[in-house]
Amino acid sequence: MPGRHLLNLATAGLLSAVIGAAQLPSAGAEGYDKGYNPWPGLVQDIFNNRPMNDGSDILTIDMPYRAEDAAIVPVTLHNKLPPTDDRHVVAITLVIDQNPAPMAAKFALGPDAHVSEISTRVRVNNYTDVHAVAELSDGQLYMVKTYVKASGGCSAPAAKNPEEADNHLGQMKYRQFARAEAGAAGTREAQIMIGHPNNSGLQMDQVTQLYIPAFFIDQLKLWQDDSLVLSMEGGISISEDPNLRFTYVSNGAKTFRAEARDTSGHVFKHEWKIDAGI
Amino acid sequence: MVRCWQIVVVLLLCAATAAGAQHGNLTGSEPPLPVSEIAPGVFVHIGATALMTRQNEGAIANVGFIVGEDAVAVIDTGGSVREGRELLAAIRSHTNKPIRYVIDTHGHPDHVFGNAAFAADGTVFVGHKNLPRAMASHGPFYVENFRRIMGGELIDEVRLIPPTVLVETTEKLDLGSRTLVLQAWPAAHSDSDLTVMDEKSGTLFAGDLVFLDHIPVLDGSLRGFLSAIDKLAALPAQRVVPGHGPVSSWPTALADERRYLETLASDMRAAVARGDTIAAASASAAASEKSRWSLFDDYNARNATAAFSQIEWE
Repeated sequence: MPGRHLLNLATAGLLSAVIGAAQLPSAGAEGYDKGYNPWPGLVQDIFNNRPMNDGSDILTIDMPYRAEDAAIVPVTLHNKLPPTDDRHVVAITLVIDQNPAPMAAKFALGPDAHVSEISTRVRVNNYTDVHAVAELSDGQLYMVKTYVKASGGCSAPAAKNPEEADNHLGQMKYRQFARAEAGAAGTREAQIMIGHPNNSGLQMDQVTQLYIPAFFIDQLKLWQDDSLVLSMEGGISISEDPNLRFTYVSNGAKTFRAEARDTSGHVFKHEWKIDAGI
Repeated sequence: MVRCWQIVVVLLLCAATAAGAQHGNLTGSEPPLPVSEIAPGVFVHIGATALMTRQNEGAIANVGFIVGEDAVAVIDTGGSVREGRELLAAIRSHTNKPIRYVIDTHGHPDHVFGNAAFAADGTVFVGHKNLPRAMASHGPFYVENFRRIMGGELIDEVRLIPPTVLVETTEKLDLGSRTLVLQAWPAAHSDSDLTVMDEKSGTLFAGDLVFLDHIPVLDGSLRGFLSAIDKLAALPAQRVVPGHGPVSSWPTALADERRYLETLASDMRAAVARGDTIAAASASAAASEKSRWSLFDDYNARNATAAFSQIEWE
């Protein structure tokens, strides 16, 4: 079950971070733990050691080199595969190597929606490599990576304003953006936001000295009428109030539908009329 | 040949040092923090307008103390235990009265990392009711981050000491013919903002609800911050000690900060309305304010990111 897998990784990550911290000499301004490269272990854990091909012709990953707010770091994945290619992107997995829960999200792309861009916001705990791995319909994996410095370092996953977070739990907002350039006919850009604290489970309650349980959106699915556009399997590296902005091709559908599930079993559903005028 | 009296002297020095270390008292090794008496019995150290570094010992926030007839209250303890001890030395160079209260205006490291210097019998820590939660959730990350930046020597001794006297709305503290009025605020600069008004002198210690020179930092709620500014302006203070920047007249001290936050809010509202991405919006936010504030490049984009993500929900 994805939630449990992510939690186990998180616990393992946290324990190794705690142990690692005890052994480290006090570092200078940079380089938390330069010697240790978690990527090979992650290829093992997340991808079963499947071979990684160079993905620079397939996708790009765009993140700020220096994160302004380490709890809200924008990331954009761009699918470069031309429509003429007979392969298509089936899924893209986002991995933030040094995070306690490195597998940030796995996006499954609806077969008929031709999703060309996905943007979201993530938490970055440390100076880290970030990998994006696309799985194509030929069964092969293609990888690109970038590097992010968590600026100021204080990437506390806790909310700035917990009371406000509680107020809009489960609220969903949908938005279509006007497209300046046409792209392929029917290309649209939309955004889904869900109010949710996305608690990491790594915070200790001051009074009880117990960890506040992880409580986060683990699944989000988006459809145009009955055709899947995009789904996200997410974890605690996704920022509070998960926000997905994406470009896809409309099939003429009249409604946009979203369904989100969190680790407490809440299901949030909503449907919106698509504005055909945009 | 070692004389008896020499041994006695050495033993006495060791005892004094040990006693000093136990009670967090001065051994004379830390110089007193320079403070100014801005009103009778009200002392303030103005922090450097800078990021926290090893060189400045994290001394970037304004800290101070107020002396009543019976007791002393400390307001914020600085960005390192060393600074805390220097503040303690400054207090002791002015008065022997017991330090009854240490008031943390909120939970950011430059204001609370010095708390351990004041932990002693008879001293009570005071803060916003959300402060224990804020310290528990953010504190360990701050310590980890600043250990990396400032080094273990300064940061290993930091203790995240939460308040035991929690302020929900208002609270009065008596220092002996001297009343301090404490007010807890809904999320604004942070989610644990507390202000302190010294009734005797009309001095308002505003914590980081007021910034001068140093760019205002948004780590709570943009709406809450603007709302707090309106309410603060109505408080009958003679002068304000901001969290950062010089002691100033009231309420004129609020003007620049209000302008910055209103500009940020209106820029981000326009960006959201246009459908700009959060990254593009933060890069260009409040550009007109750049020359008006120190550390603009260090904090503005981060303020903008927080503002954008809050305005998206309006």
